Amino acid sequence: MNEMVITRAEREARLEGMGCKRKRVEDVRFTQGRGQYVDDIKLPGMLHGDFVRSQYAHAKITRIDASKALALPGVIAVLTAEELKPLGLHWMPTLAGDVQAVLADGKVCFQNQEIAFVIAEDRYIVDDALQLIEVEYEELPVLVDPFRALDPEAPVIRPDLDGKMVGAHGPRKHHNHIFEWTIGDRPGTDEAFAAAEVTVKEMISYHRTHPSPLETCQCLAAFDKVKGELTLYGTFQAPHVIRTVASLLSKIPEHKIHVIAPDIGGGFGNKVGAYSGYICSIVASIVTGLPVKWVEDRMENLSTTSFARDYHMTTEIAATRDGKVTGLRVHVLADHGAFDACADPSKWPAGFMNIVTGSYDFPVAHLAVDGVYTNKAPGGVAYRCSFRVTEAAYCIERGMDILAQKLGMDPADLRMKNFIRREQFPYQSALGWEYDSGDYHLAMQKAMDAIDYRALRAEQKARQEAFRRGETREIMGIGVTFFTEIVGAGPSKNCDILGVAMFDSAEIRIHPTGSIIARMGSKSQGQGHETTWAQIIATELGIPAADIMIEEGNTDTAPYGLGTYGSRSTPVAGAAIALAARKIRNKAQMIAAHLLEVSEYDLEWDIDGFRVKGNPERSKTMTEIAWAAYNSPPPGLEPGLEAVSYYDPPNMTYPFGAYFCVMDIDVDTGVAAIRRFYALDDCGTRINPMIIEGQVHGGLTEAFAIAMGQEIKYDAMGNVQGASFMDFFLPTAVETPKWETDHTVTPSPHHPIGAKGVGESPNVGGVPCFSNAVNDAFGFLGSTHIQMPHDAWRVWEAAKRLGAHG
Amino acid sequence: MSADTTPIATLPVTLTVNGRKVQRFVEPRTLLIHFLREELSLTGAHIGCETSHCGACTVEIDGLSVKSCTLFAVQADGAAVNTVEGLANPDGTLHALQEGFRQMHGLQCGFCTPGMLMRAKVLLSENPDPTEEEIRHGIAGNLCRCTGYQNIVKAIQHAAATLNGRVFQEAAE
Repeated sequence: MNEMVITRAEREARLEGMGCKRKRVEDVRFTQGRGQYVDDIKLPGMLHGDFVRSQYAHAKITRIDASKALALPGVIAVLTAEELKPLGLHWMPTLAGDVQAVLADGKVCFQNQEIAFVIAEDRYIVDDALQLIEVEYEELPVLVDPFRALDPEAPVIRPDLDGKMVGAHGPRKHHNHIFEWTIGDRPGTDEAFAAAEVTVKEMISYHRTHPSPLETCQCLAAFDKVKGELTLYGTFQAPHVIRTVASLLSKIPEHKIHVIAPDIGGGFGNKVGAYSGYICSIVASIVTGLPVKWVEDRMENLSTTSFARDYHMTTEIAATRDGKVTGLRVHVLADHGAFDACADPSKWPAGFMNIVTGSYDFPVAHLAVDGVYTNKAPGGVAYRCSFRVTEAAYCIERGMDILAQKLGMDPADLRMKNFIRREQFPYQSALGWEYDSGDYHLAMQKAMDAIDYRALRAEQKARQEAFRRGETREIMGIGVTFFTEIVGAGPSKNCDILGVAMFDSAEIRIHPTGSIIARMGSKSQGQGHETTWAQIIATELGIPAADIMIEEGNTDTAPYGLGTYGSRSTPVAGAAIALAARKIRNKAQMIAAHLLEVSEYDLEWDIDGFRVKGNPERSKTMTEIAWAAYNSPPPGLEPGLEAVSYYDPPNMTYPFGAYFCVMDIDVDTGVAAIRRFYALDDCGTRINPMIIEGQVHGGLTEAFAIAMGQEIKYDAMGNVQGASFMDFFLPTAVETPKWETDHTVTPSPHHPIGAKGVGESPNVGGVPCFSNAVNDAFGFLGSTHIQMPHDAWRVWEAAKRLGAHG
Repeated sequence: MSADTTPIATLPVTLTVNGRKVQRFVEPRTLLIHFLREELSLTGAHIGCETSHCGACTVEIDGLSVKSCTLFAVQADGAAVNTVEGLANPDGTLHALQEGFRQMHGLQCGFCTPGMLMRAKVLLSENPDPTEEEIRHGIAGNLCRCTGYQNIVKAIQHAAATLNGRVFQEAAE
């Protein structure tokens, strides 16, 4: 009996299936310098391209003279809007329904905007040529402050939209207005506020930042004039979407475009959209007949290819005196820069901002978002976040702390009092979502116990008294956050990108000897899909993960999918993988029945094969079945053992978590030392705990950076101030806190394996947790809200403002 | 500013790269990272910022850690340069650091990894058994956007233990 148990355990372990800390297969090549990233690819005759960029934030272009550059040996061509115009490619559609200048068409609207594309034989000559191109400007008044964008006399940023008073998302009320998006019950919410015993109101800004993966955006376009085929290598989080867009824009038939996303050096939302560099490289390759590579440098990356956030959220909460929330009203002023290039599902101009009711049972709520143009870079990408969920989580989590302060309640207790209760799931939120599952009280209690929350509060109180007595210059903050995510976009009924429904896909093929190749529409940028996808298949099909090869990123071979961002891979592609595997298992069962000469219904699945019910000695492993599938299938059944699945999710998934941060702030230097950071995540079924913890560490580090200093700033002239790693805060190993991770498991009821996705949770939950800790530290000095980012200078200023410097 | 349009003269350089002698003619302005990646097709070292901040281009030159995006190839003339491609053991097995990174989940997208490994190699040659704080300071010139460093620290501790003949007990988190 004992021996039997061990054998089963060994069979199970051999699979390295779901739930085990499987070591990553990717690491073997990455640790030996054998990864292949875009810039590692060299093609014969390859040319290089780069941009002349605007030094002004807002100006007319009166003259572009490329003659000196063209005279430089090695320079092949210079493209400007004039050259792209006959092709109709001087403007391109954005994912948000706006248009964006590929190369400046008569004027520039943000600093570093693309003006001309220089193509030369090597990257050094390109740089030489960039210096030789003469551009003359006529400066225009600059609009930087989004709060002035809708002033009657505000500068007109987009004359191309003159007279167009209806945009992609409805009426525009001003020349710099993009859209107004509203949801919820406005009169009902107004009534709740009118009747409220207590209300709070605060303008909570989430500053502009940037995803800044270590590898910048890049591509290599190779047009074969003879075949009429385009091969496009690129840092694409969504290669199939890029192929479709490239086909629609270039008129090259989609089957003649081969988009290949090789290894990608981090994405974090930066590599979802389509950029001028892609269009110009493609055009340059078509024009020259040679491969053209475009690799942006860090300055270009930080200042042009997408920003994140820049949401200014006026937040109001109504509540009873004893702390029960009765209404939520939020107005967002969304600064989109010069073009609306948000990478949201097309019907969602403000992403999933309507998750802003968070983890709380708000009976009524109303949200309005106004998008405006300013003279800043376009973007609005989901920086490790599912389409504005980070903004929403920051808004409500700061709001709940502000309410707790007003009520004189502990912020953890206030949250506990207002949580959606376990028995309320599936829960219909006031702003239209159906939360799939959760046990918030359990998670919060586990987290509070783990950090000994009450003792920390007692310590803080003693510290505050000591500070008042002048015995210490250090104050203590405890950040409390409970976030609910909404990921896995998404159901085709409400999620598409430019009309392409947001399904995802998997194709699994078992070879005769029982090894597997599987391909997906998702695309890893560091998430470890080659490791984890094999684990799902291993569990579903009983083939060891080591015998399963995962391939992503080649649009010729992978089934169509919408790619990897918004924590959608596990909720959508992960489901497709399980369902494709189950199709194979159904066929395998028919084959096993034939081989064992029993009815299919007499068989049961057992780890790595089928066995006869009540007679476990009689069995067939999946490897045996695979051989038979090709060589001796049952009469009437076609040979082979493979399946493809396209999965249209019935709902989003709703991961959640409880985060706590303990911080000590020196009021005289503004330096905040993170004493402890504890993160409890519930992402449903856990596929690979090692990879989950790694993702949580990484996301928390990004959250730490964003909350504590990372910012893309502009001066009054629209000069971008944070466009290098000198100015843009990326924490090193020295500043980065140590992370404590924990979990609960509440499977998603609608997902085939119950998984919810986790990559972005730590960013979504981490930012409010750090910010709440800073705010919590200063609360006893009379502060209600201090804006992010909380770098030492701003913290010092806050301390001074609040009289902490005596 | 106007660029001189006369062709740039090249200079000879001789280096020992991963134990192999290489001789080439390069423009004086050619950066070492481009020389390694374009001329020698050693694409392990990466370019992340071109301003010496991120460390993705870190290689070992004569026993020191150097950010190869900020050094001209001609400045490395006569030097011994080691890159990640030469890190594995002669028998083809992974170096203790490579194994440590794999065991401790010290990498995700892999872009910073070659620079991080080569930095860690020099760190351990200078300080064979560093504390956690010494490791954190020792790799402060190398940025990682994915891992939050915690498991990189463990990976280096794992390698240090292996190289010192100990078994590293802690698991990756």
